[in-house]
Amino acid sequence: MKVIKEAIAGTLESSDLMVKVAPGTTGKRDIVVHSEVIKQFGAQIRRVVADALDKLAVTEGSIVVEDKGALDCVIRARVQTAVLRGAAIADFPRNALS
Amino acid sequence: MLFVPGDNAGALSTAFIYKPDSIMFDLEDAVAPSEKDAARLLVFQALRLPEYRDIERVVRINGLHTQFGMHDLEAAVAGGADVVRLPKTETADEIRALDAHVEWIEQDCGRPVGDTKLMAAVESAEGVVNAVLIATASPRMVAIAIAGFDYLVDMQTKRSGGAEPELFYARAAVLHAARAAHIDAFDVVYGDVDDDEGFLREVAIARQLGFNGKSLIHPRQIELLHHAYAPTGDELAYARRVLAAADEAHRHGLGVVALDGKMIDPPVIAQAQMVLQRAEAA
Repeated sequence: MKVIKEAIAGTLESSDLMVKVAPGTTGKRDIVVHSEVIKQFGAQIRRVVADALDKLAVTEGSIVVEDKGALDCVIRARVQTAVLRGAAIADFPRNALS
Repeated sequence: MLFVPGDNAGALSTAFIYKPDSIMFDLEDAVAPSEKDAARLLVFQALRLPEYRDIERVVRINGLHTQFGMHDLEAAVAGGADVVRLPKTETADEIRALDAHVEWIEQDCGRPVGDTKLMAAVESAEGVVNAVLIATASPRMVAIAIAGFDYLVDMQTKRSGGAEPELFYARAAVLHAARAAHIDAFDVVYGDVDDDEGFLREVAIARQLGFNGKSLIHPRQIELLHHAYAPTGDELAYARRVLAAADEAHRHGLGVVALDGKMIDPPVIAQAQMVLQRAEAA
Protein backbone atom coordinates (compact mmCIF):
# COMPACT_ATOMS: atom_id res chain seq x y z
CA MET A 1 0.00 0.00 0.00
CA LYS A 2 1.49 3.33 -1.03
CA VAL A 3 0.99 6.57 0.88
CA ILE A 4 0.37 9.14 -1.84
CA LYS A 5 -0.67 12.16 0.20
CA GLU A 6 -0.41 13.60 3.68
CA ALA A 7 -3.10 12.40 6.08
CA ILE A 8 -3.94 12.60 9.79
CA ALA A 9 -5.96 10.37 12.10
CA GLY A 10 -6.80 10.54 15.79
CA THR A 11 -6.80 13.23 18.44
CA LEU A 12 -4.56 14.51 21.21
CA GLU A 13 -7.08 13.59 23.90
CA SER A 14 -6.18 11.24 26.73
CA SER A 15 -6.16 7.53 25.75
CA ASP A 16 -5.85 8.48 22.09
CA LEU A 17 -3.04 9.38 19.72
CA MET A 18 -2.55 11.38 16.56
CA VAL A 19 -0.87 9.77 13.57
CA LYS A 20 0.44 11.78 10.63
CA VAL A 21 1.57 10.05 7.46
CA ALA A 22 3.22 11.52 4.38
CA PRO A 23 4.64 10.11 1.14
CA GLY A 24 8.20 8.86 1.42
CA THR A 25 11.23 10.55 -0.04
CA THR A 26 13.91 8.20 1.25
CA GLY A 27 12.68 4.85 -0.03
CA LYS A 28 12.12 3.57 3.51
CA ARG A 29 9.81 4.00 6.47
CA ASP A 30 10.64 6.83 8.85
CA ILE A 31 8.76 6.31 12.11
CA VAL A 32 8.86 8.92 14.87
CA VAL A 33 7.08 8.27 18.17
CA HIS A 34 6.39 10.88 20.84
CA SER A 35 4.64 9.71 23.99
CA GLU A 36 4.11 10.75 27.58
CA VAL A 37 4.92 7.17 28.50
CA ILE A 38 7.82 6.67 26.09
CA LYS A 39 10.13 5.25 28.77
CA GLN A 40 7.67 2.58 29.87
CA PHE A 41 5.91 1.77 26.61
CA GLY A 42 7.98 3.26 23.78
CA ALA A 43 9.19 -0.11 22.52
CA GLN A 44 5.69 -1.60 22.63
CA ILE A 45 4.20 1.40 20.78
CA ARG A 46 6.85 1.06 18.06
CA ARG A 47 6.11 -2.66 17.76
CA VAL A 48 2.39 -2.08 17.29
CA VAL A 49 2.95 0.74 14.78
CA ALA A 50 5.42 -1.37 12.78
CA ASP A 51 3.14 -4.40 12.81
CA ALA A 52 0.15 -2.36 11.58
CA LEU A 53 2.31 -0.90 8.80
CA ASP A 54 3.66 -4.34 7.86
CA LYS A 55 0.16 -5.79 7.53
CA LEU A 56 -0.81 -2.87 5.30
CA ALA A 57 2.38 -3.46 3.28
CA VAL A 58 3.56 0.12 3.81
CA THR A 59 7.27 0.10 2.98
CA GLU A 60 7.89 3.77 2.46
CA GLY A 61 6.76 7.02 4.00
CA SER A 62 6.91 9.26 7.03
CA ILE A 63 4.86 8.20 10.08
CA VAL A 64 4.75 10.50 13.09
CA VAL A 65 2.93 9.37 16.23
CA GLU A 66 1.88 11.63 19.12
CA ASP A 67 0.68 9.22 21.78
CA LYS A 68 -1.46 10.18 24.76
CA GLY A 69 -1.54 6.86 26.53
CA ALA A 70 -3.56 4.87 24.00
CA LEU A 71 -4.17 1.12 24.20
CA ASP A 72 -2.58 -1.06 21.52
CA CYS A 73 -5.93 -1.52 19.76
CA VAL A 74 -6.35 2.26 19.48
CA ILE A 75 -2.78 2.70 18.18
CA ARG A 76 -3.40 0.04 15.56
CA ALA A 77 -6.72 1.61 14.47
CA ARG A 78 -5.27 5.12 14.20
CA VAL A 79 -2.28 3.97 12.15
CA GLN A 80 -4.59 2.03 9.85
CA THR A 81 -6.90 5.02 9.43
CA ALA A 82 -4.05 7.43 8.64
CA VAL A 83 -2.53 5.04 6.10
CA LEU A 84 -5.84 4.30 4.37
CA ARG A 85 -6.52 8.02 4.15
CA GLY A 86 -3.00 8.68 2.88
CA ALA A 87 -3.37 5.93 0.31
CA ALA A 88 -6.81 7.25 -0.72
CA ILE A 89 -8.45 3.87 -0.05
CA ALA A 90 -12.11 4.20 0.87
CA ASP A 91 -13.09 0.56 1.26
CA PHE A 92 -12.40 -1.82 4.15
CA PRO A 93 -9.44 -4.08 3.30
CA ARG A 94 -10.14 -6.39 6.20
CA ASN A 95 -7.42 -8.93 5.46
CA ALA A 96 -4.79 -6.23 5.97
CA LEU A 97 -6.31 -4.94 9.19
CA SER A 98 -6.04 -7.81 11.68
CA MET B 1 -27.43 -1.57 26.61
CA LEU B 2 -24.86 1.22 26.92
CA PHE B 3 -24.20 3.35 23.83
CA VAL B 4 -20.52 4.21 23.21
CA PRO B 5 -19.58 6.59 20.37
CA GLY B 6 -17.42 4.64 17.94
CA ASP B 7 -15.03 7.53 17.37
CA ASN B 8 -14.23 8.12 21.06
CA ALA B 9 -10.98 6.27 21.76
CA GLY B 10 -11.12 7.00 25.48
CA ALA B 11 -14.66 5.69 25.88
CA LEU B 12 -13.93 2.60 23.79
CA SER B 13 -10.90 1.90 25.98
CA THR B 14 -12.77 2.07 29.28
CA ALA B 15 -16.50 1.36 28.82
CA PHE B 16 -16.17 -2.24 30.03
CA ILE B 17 -15.41 -1.08 33.59
CA TYR B 18 -19.04 0.00 34.04
CA LYS B 19 -20.19 -3.60 33.53
CA PRO B 20 -23.21 -3.01 31.30
CA ASP B 21 -25.21 -6.10 30.26
CA SER B 22 -24.60 -5.11 26.70
CA ILE B 23 -22.46 -2.47 25.03
CA MET B 24 -23.34 -0.84 21.74
CA PHE B 25 -20.48 0.63 19.72
CA ASP B 26 -22.12 3.32 17.63
CA LEU B 27 -21.01 3.99 14.08
CA GLU B 28 -24.18 5.87 13.16
CA ASP B 29 -25.57 9.07 14.66
CA ALA B 30 -22.79 9.61 17.21
CA VAL B 31 -20.12 9.79 14.50
CA ALA B 32 -19.58 12.69 12.10
CA PRO B 33 -19.39 11.72 8.40
CA SER B 34 -15.73 12.76 8.24
CA GLU B 35 -14.84 10.31 11.02
CA LYS B 36 -16.85 7.28 9.88
CA ASP B 37 -13.73 5.53 8.57
CA ALA B 38 -11.82 6.16 11.78
CA ALA B 39 -14.68 5.00 14.00
CA ARG B 40 -15.12 1.83 11.94
CA LEU B 41 -11.46 0.89 12.49
CA LEU B 42 -11.54 1.80 16.19
CA VAL B 43 -14.58 -0.40 16.72
CA PHE B 44 -13.10 -3.23 14.61
CA GLN B 45 -10.06 -3.24 16.90
CA ALA B 46 -11.97 -2.64 20.16
CA LEU B 47 -14.19 -5.68 19.48
CA ARG B 48 -11.09 -7.81 20.03
CA LEU B 49 -10.24 -6.41 23.45
CA PRO B 50 -10.36 -9.30 25.92
CA GLU B 51 -11.97 -7.01 28.49
CA TYR B 52 -15.17 -7.04 26.40
CA ARG B 53 -15.31 -10.83 26.18
CA ASP B 54 -17.92 -11.21 28.93
CA ILE B 55 -20.13 -8.35 27.70
CA GLU B 56 -22.54 -8.65 24.78
CA ARG B 57 -20.98 -6.55 22.02
CA VAL B 58 -23.41 -4.81 19.69
CA VAL B 59 -22.42 -2.60 16.76
CA ARG B 60 -24.87 -0.05 15.40
CA ILE B 61 -24.01 0.26 11.74
CA ASN B 62 -25.12 2.94 9.31
CA GLY B 63 -28.02 1.94 7.09
CA LEU B 64 -27.09 -0.33 4.19
CA HIS B 65 -28.39 2.28 1.73
CA THR B 66 -25.69 4.72 2.88
CA GLN B 67 -22.10 4.81 1.59
CA PHE B 68 -20.91 3.60 5.02
CA GLY B 69 -23.27 0.73 5.80
CA MET B 70 -21.62 -2.18 4.00
CA HIS B 71 -18.12 -1.33 5.25
CA ASP B 72 -19.52 -0.98 8.79
CA LEU B 73 -21.12 -4.39 8.46
CA GLU B 74 -17.87 -5.98 7.32
CA ALA B 75 -16.05 -4.46 10.28
CA ALA B 76 -18.73 -5.60 12.73
CA VAL B 77 -19.04 -9.18 11.50
CA ALA B 78 -15.35 -9.76 10.78
CA GLY B 79 -14.45 -8.07 14.07
CA GLY B 80 -16.58 -10.57 15.97
CA ALA B 81 -19.57 -8.49 17.12
CA ASP B 82 -22.22 -10.58 18.83
CA VAL B 83 -25.05 -8.47 17.45
CA VAL B 84 -25.48 -6.00 14.57
CA ARG B 85 -28.05 -3.28 15.21
CA LEU B 86 -29.74 -1.85 12.15
CA PRO B 87 -31.03 1.69 12.71
CA LYS B 88 -34.17 3.20 11.23
CA THR B 89 -35.58 -0.16 10.19
CA GLU B 90 -38.87 0.18 8.34
CA THR B 91 -39.49 -3.12 6.55
CA ALA B 92 -38.80 -6.82 6.87
CA ASP B 93 -36.99 -6.71 3.52
CA GLU B 94 -34.26 -4.59 5.11
CA ILE B 95 -33.66 -7.30 7.72
CA ARG B 96 -33.67 -10.04 5.08
CA ALA B 97 -31.12 -8.10 3.02
CA LEU B 98 -28.99 -7.57 6.12
CA ASP B 99 -29.21 -11.28 6.93
CA ALA B 100 -27.97 -12.19 3.43
CA HIS B 101 -25.02 -9.79 3.63
CA VAL B 102 -24.07 -11.04 7.09
CA GLU B 103 -24.10 -14.64 5.89
CA TRP B 104 -21.79 -13.77 3.00
CA ILE B 105 -19.33 -11.99 5.29
CA GLU B 106 -19.41 -14.82 7.83
CA GLN B 107 -18.54 -17.32 5.10
CA ASP B 108 -15.84 -15.06 3.71
CA CYS B 109 -14.12 -14.42 7.04
CA GLY B 110 -14.47 -17.94 8.41
CA ARG B 111 -17.05 -17.24 11.08
CA PRO B 112 -19.73 -19.92 11.64
CA VAL B 113 -22.82 -19.07 9.61
CA GLY B 114 -25.57 -17.87 11.93
CA ASP B 115 -23.14 -16.77 14.66
CA THR B 116 -23.89 -13.07 14.21
CA LYS B 117 -27.24 -12.01 15.65
CA LEU B 118 -29.35 -9.06 14.58
CA MET B 119 -31.45 -6.43 16.26
CA ALA B 120 -33.58 -3.77 14.66
CA ALA B 121 -34.31 -0.29 15.87
CA VAL B 122 -37.62 1.11 14.68
CA GLU B 123 -37.64 4.88 14.57
CA SER B 124 -40.64 5.79 12.40
CA ALA B 125 -44.36 5.21 12.07
CA GLU B 126 -43.72 2.76 9.23
CA GLY B 127 -41.25 0.80 11.34
CA VAL B 128 -43.68 0.59 14.24
CA VAL B 129 -46.54 -0.53 12.00
CA ASN B 130 -44.28 -3.24 10.50
CA ALA B 131 -42.78 -4.27 13.85
CA VAL B 132 -44.09 -7.86 13.79
CA LEU B 133 -42.82 -8.47 10.26
CA ILE B 134 -39.45 -6.96 11.19
CA ALA B 135 -39.13 -8.98 14.41
CA THR B 136 -39.86 -12.25 12.59
CA ALA B 137 -37.89 -11.52 9.40
CA SER B 138 -34.79 -13.56 10.29
CA PRO B 139 -33.83 -16.36 12.68
CA ARG B 140 -30.85 -14.17 13.59
CA MET B 141 -33.13 -11.58 15.21
CA VAL B 142 -32.62 -11.41 18.98
CA ALA B 143 -34.12 -8.02 19.83
CA ILE B 144 -36.09 -5.04 18.63
CA ALA B 145 -35.81 -1.53 20.04
CA ILE B 146 -37.92 1.57 19.83
CA ALA B 147 -35.94 4.77 19.26
CA GLY B 148 -37.97 7.69 20.52
CA PHE B 149 -36.38 10.82 19.10
CA ASP B 150 -36.75 10.08 15.40
CA TYR B 151 -40.10 8.36 15.96
CA LEU B 152 -41.63 11.39 17.66
CA VAL B 153 -40.37 13.69 14.91
CA ASP B 154 -41.99 11.37 12.38
CA MET B 155 -45.20 11.48 14.41
CA GLN B 156 -45.05 15.28 14.45
CA THR B 157 -45.00 15.49 18.24
CA LYS B 158 -42.48 15.63 21.10
CA ARG B 159 -41.70 14.09 24.48
CA SER B 160 -44.17 15.17 27.17
CA GLY B 161 -42.78 13.60 30.35
CA GLY B 162 -45.12 11.94 32.80
CA ALA B 163 -46.86 8.88 31.38
CA GLU B 164 -45.66 9.73 27.85
CA PRO B 165 -48.89 8.93 25.99
CA GLU B 166 -47.17 9.90 22.73
CA LEU B 167 -44.99 6.77 23.01
CA PHE B 168 -47.64 4.36 24.24
CA TYR B 169 -48.69 2.88 20.89
CA ALA B 170 -45.10 2.46 19.68
CA ARG B 171 -44.00 0.85 22.93
CA ALA B 172 -46.96 -1.51 22.91
CA ALA B 173 -46.51 -2.40 19.22
CA VAL B 174 -42.78 -3.08 19.53
CA LEU B 175 -43.28 -5.06 22.71
CA HIS B 176 -46.02 -7.21 21.16
CA ALA B 177 -43.82 -7.82 18.13
CA ALA B 178 -40.97 -8.91 20.37
CA ARG B 179 -43.14 -11.25 22.39
CA ALA B 180 -44.74 -12.76 19.28
CA ALA B 181 -41.24 -13.37 17.87
CA HIS B 182 -39.84 -14.56 21.23
CA ILE B 183 -37.08 -11.95 21.20
CA ASP B 184 -36.10 -9.12 23.56
CA ALA B 185 -37.49 -5.59 23.50
CA PHE B 186 -35.57 -2.44 24.47
CA ASP B 187 -37.12 0.85 25.44
CA VAL B 188 -36.06 4.32 24.27
CA VAL B 189 -33.02 6.33 25.35
CA TYR B 190 -33.57 8.92 28.07
CA GLY B 191 -31.45 11.85 26.96
CA ASP B 192 -31.22 14.03 30.07
CA VAL B 193 -28.44 12.25 31.97
CA ASP B 194 -28.69 14.65 34.92
CA ASP B 195 -32.38 13.95 35.51
CA ASP B 196 -32.45 10.75 37.57
CA GLU B 197 -36.06 11.29 38.58
CA GLY B 198 -37.25 11.54 34.98
CA PHE B 199 -35.09 8.57 33.98
CA LEU B 200 -36.52 6.39 36.74
CA ARG B 201 -40.06 7.45 35.87
CA GLU B 202 -39.46 6.24 32.33
CA VAL B 203 -37.78 3.04 33.56
CA ALA B 204 -40.88 2.31 35.65
CA ILE B 205 -43.05 2.58 32.54
CA ALA B 206 -40.75 0.31 30.53
CA ARG B 207 -40.50 -2.26 33.29
CA GLN B 208 -44.24 -2.34 33.93
CA LEU B 209 -45.00 -2.75 30.23
CA GLY B 210 -42.57 -5.66 30.05
CA PHE B 211 -39.49 -4.35 28.24
CA ASN B 212 -36.33 -6.38 28.84
CA GLY B 213 -34.27 -3.25 29.27
CA LYS B 214 -33.49 0.17 28.04
CA SER B 215 -30.94 1.79 25.76
CA LEU B 216 -28.59 3.97 27.84
CA ILE B 217 -26.33 6.83 26.84
CA HIS B 218 -24.44 7.37 30.10
CA PRO B 219 -22.70 4.90 32.44
CA ARG B 220 -24.36 6.41 35.52
CA GLN B 221 -27.72 5.18 34.22
CA ILE B 222 -26.57 1.53 34.41
CA GLU B 223 -26.79 1.17 38.17
CA LEU B 224 -30.08 3.07 38.30
CA LEU B 225 -31.56 0.73 35.69
CA HIS B 226 -30.23 -2.44 37.32
CA HIS B 227 -31.59 -1.34 40.68
CA ALA B 228 -35.00 -0.46 39.23
CA TYR B 229 -35.28 -3.80 37.41
CA ALA B 230 -34.13 -5.83 40.40
CA PRO B 231 -36.98 -7.47 42.33
CA THR B 232 -37.63 -6.30 45.87
CA GLY B 233 -36.80 -8.54 48.80
CA ASP B 234 -40.48 -9.39 49.24
CA GLU B 235 -40.88 -10.25 45.55
CA LEU B 236 -37.81 -12.47 45.68
CA ALA B 237 -38.92 -14.23 48.85
CA TYR B 238 -42.39 -14.88 47.41
CA ALA B 239 -40.92 -16.17 44.14
CA ARG B 240 -38.75 -18.64 46.06
CA ARG B 241 -41.77 -19.83 48.07
CA VAL B 242 -43.77 -20.27 44.84
CA LEU B 243 -41.03 -22.36 43.26
CA ALA B 244 -40.61 -24.41 46.44
CA ALA B 245 -44.35 -25.06 46.55
CA ALA B 246 -44.38 -26.01 42.87
CA ASP B 247 -41.45 -28.33 43.39
CA GLU B 248 -43.23 -29.94 46.33
CA ALA B 249 -46.38 -30.40 44.24
CA HIS B 250 -44.37 -31.92 41.41
CA ARG B 251 -42.74 -34.43 43.77
CA HIS B 252 -46.16 -35.49 45.00
CA GLY B 253 -47.56 -35.76 41.50
CA LEU B 254 -49.94 -32.81 41.92
CA GLY B 255 -50.72 -30.56 38.95
CA VAL B 256 -51.79 -27.55 40.96
CA VAL B 257 -50.98 -26.39 44.47
CA ALA B 258 -52.09 -23.49 46.66
CA LEU B 259 -49.86 -21.00 48.45
CA ASP B 260 -51.35 -18.53 50.95
CA GLY B 261 -54.77 -19.47 49.58
CA LYS B 262 -53.83 -18.67 45.97
CA MET B 263 -53.54 -21.19 43.16
CA ILE B 264 -50.00 -21.79 41.90
CA ASP B 265 -50.32 -22.71 38.22
CA PRO B 266 -47.82 -22.59 35.31
CA PRO B 267 -48.11 -18.80 34.66
CA VAL B 268 -47.46 -18.06 38.34
CA ILE B 269 -44.44 -20.39 38.28
CA ALA B 270 -43.14 -18.72 35.11
CA GLN B 271 -43.53 -15.32 36.80
CA ALA B 272 -41.55 -16.56 39.81
CA GLN B 273 -38.78 -17.88 37.56
CA MET B 274 -38.64 -14.49 35.83
CA VAL B 275 -38.23 -12.76 39.20
CA LEU B 276 -35.28 -15.01 40.03
CA GLN B 277 -33.72 -14.36 36.62
CA ARG B 278 -34.02 -10.62 37.16
CA ALA B 279 -32.44 -10.95 40.60
CA GLU B 280 -29.50 -12.84 39.09
CA ALA B 281 -29.13 -10.28 36.29
CA ALA B 282 -29.10 -7.41 38.77
